[in-house]
Amino acid sequence: MFAGGATRADEMMRYLASRLVTTALIVLGAMLLLFTLSSVVPGDPATTLLGPQATPELSQRFIAEMGLDQPLYIRLGRFFANVATGNLGTDVISGRSVAGLIREVIPYTLILTFAAIGLAVAVGVPLGVFAATHRGSVADNVLAFVSVAFIAVPSFVIAIFLLLIFAIWLDWLPVLGASRTGALGDEVKRMILPTLALALGWIGFIARLVRTSMLEVMGEPYIRTSRAFGLSERLVTYKYALKNACIPTITILGMGVGRLLGGAVLVEIVFARPGLGRLIYNAISERNYPVVQGAVLVVVVLFVVVNLIVDLSYSAIDPRIRHETSRPGAAG
Amino acid sequence: MTALSSALRILRRVCATLTGATGFGIVAVVLFAALFAPWVATADPDRLDVMNRFAAPSFAHWLGTDHLGRDLYSRLVHGATVAMSVALSATVVALSGGTLLGILAAYLPARFERFVLIVFDVIASFPSMVLALAIVAVFGPSTLIVVVIVAITLTPHFGRVARAQALTLKSAPFLEAERILGASFARIVVHHVLPNILGPLVILASMDIPVVITIEAGLSFLGLGVRPPLASWGTLIQDGYQYLSDSWVPVVVSSLALAFATLGFTLFGEALRDAVDPRVRQEL
Repeated sequence: MFAGGATRADEMMRYLASRLVTTALIVLGAMLLLFTLSSVVPGDPATTLLGPQATPELSQRFIAEMGLDQPLYIRLGRFFANVATGNLGTDVISGRSVAGLIREVIPYTLILTFAAIGLAVAVGVPLGVFAATHRGSVADNVLAFVSVAFIAVPSFVIAIFLLLIFAIWLDWLPVLGASRTGALGDEVKRMILPTLALALGWIGFIARLVRTSMLEVMGEPYIRTSRAFGLSERLVTYKYALKNACIPTITILGMGVGRLLGGAVLVEIVFARPGLGRLIYNAISERNYPVVQGAVLVVVVLFVVVNLIVDLSYSAIDPRIRHETSRPGAAG
Repeated sequence: MTALSSALRILRRVCATLTGATGFGIVAVVLFAALFAPWVATADPDRLDVMNRFAAPSFAHWLGTDHLGRDLYSRLVHGATVAMSVALSATVVALSGGTLLGILAAYLPARFERFVLIVFDVIASFPSMVLALAIVAVFGPSTLIVVVIVAITLTPHFGRVARAQALTLKSAPFLEAERILGASFARIVVHHVLPNILGPLVILASMDIPVVITIEAGLSFLGLGVRPPLASWGTLIQDGYQYLSDSWVPVVVSSLALAFATLGFTLFGEALRDAVDPRVRQEL
């Protein structure tokens, strides 16, 4: 399949290079798309993109800012050059730099996303192991149904129900927003419901995935051998079986970050929390296109970088994955 | 005839499990409501009755009324029509586009295949929900844009499975025989490849429907999807959420309708996958 003499290192380098190229293509594609969107707007772009608030002065600033008075190729070049140097443009309404706006809110979104992933793994993995080791029991069946329910119900619906039950009816937790005082305890309390709303679906997903791969792995000869050697059931389950059963979970997490970022937009709005999602949403309602453009680009970059990291770590754990793209029968 | 009887056999197997039967029941109810909305609804979904805002559920208004006094039950029933038309049209477009590209990728030269695969990778690597926001920001909310965006994002999903399935058929003896007999490429694809790979793709489509319903409802919840006077479940949830301090009934009822539908379609899709062929499970 491979040219004679190709070593494992060569193969790894080639995989790395092809993944890097794809990642770069995706980011370039996103930039091109975002740029094109701003130039294919029907009618006069300044009026269309700024909407009713487009005073002549604001339109002037917008045209100058977006370089709308210049030929397309110069604008495209300038856009790419600006992005490459970290300049994402200027918020036409407040006059602040888009990069600065994003830097301000990005920690909120990242903390929410990673807290949700962390919670999903911390709860989902043990639940999956429990279901696999108690296969066919009542608990296993109940867990299976609850998992599907959590996966199927949209996270913003879960968010609304959590808000109604815990913040309004029971009045246990503060309702909306991030902490104004910045006190850690208050902020943690305000994080509980949004994190839960995002994580529940992934708890169900991970629990099911771990259960399936555990059951698969438990049938492997090396597990039988470990048992025959008299290792304790706990050691076999948690050390030997779980380790291999976790591989699919890692890939799912890579996909998950993107879906979570999408879900975070809605959850941030339900809970009126600051973040990238809210920034984009507010910018859309104010028709503030430069902010939308910059924030969407940042989300795309975050998403592809996380995917790249997950893919590379996955292929380091499991070398089989590197062959996946080669075509059966064709030269690799 | 054989297609119908095998479809019935699969449906019987789906309904043999409790979860499968539940899913099938919910799907049937939602589809019925969507198809016959004017007859299933008890009132005009857009008729205002501001004297009767936030009315409690009663005989006249089965689920009460919303902030403009409109009948919630009838609005939810008509919401099913919106959800189903968006979900089905987006899925069908993605299914046909993905299948065509997938088959072409498998049978045309490797250079074309590599190009298609890269395009699939690029599309699949975009956070589609966020990208949808950027497009809506420029063109304004519209149902058509929602359908197009969702269809494009789902295409690689079908394309990859179609390509993998088509590749396994590529060197099958019966296709070899057809080729020797002089059958054209189009004939081979339409009469032999397509019928053999359609099963897993249809199952995949049924599993994607709840995802599409969720995306549409999410965009409409943000006011960026379906536009009034059409009422999507997402719009109804947003309306209810805005007036949460007046009444919790509208938001709870419409959220439950959305949750009920996505759960039903998920249960049905999974039961269908399990019922068709154990081999398929590993490929999806």
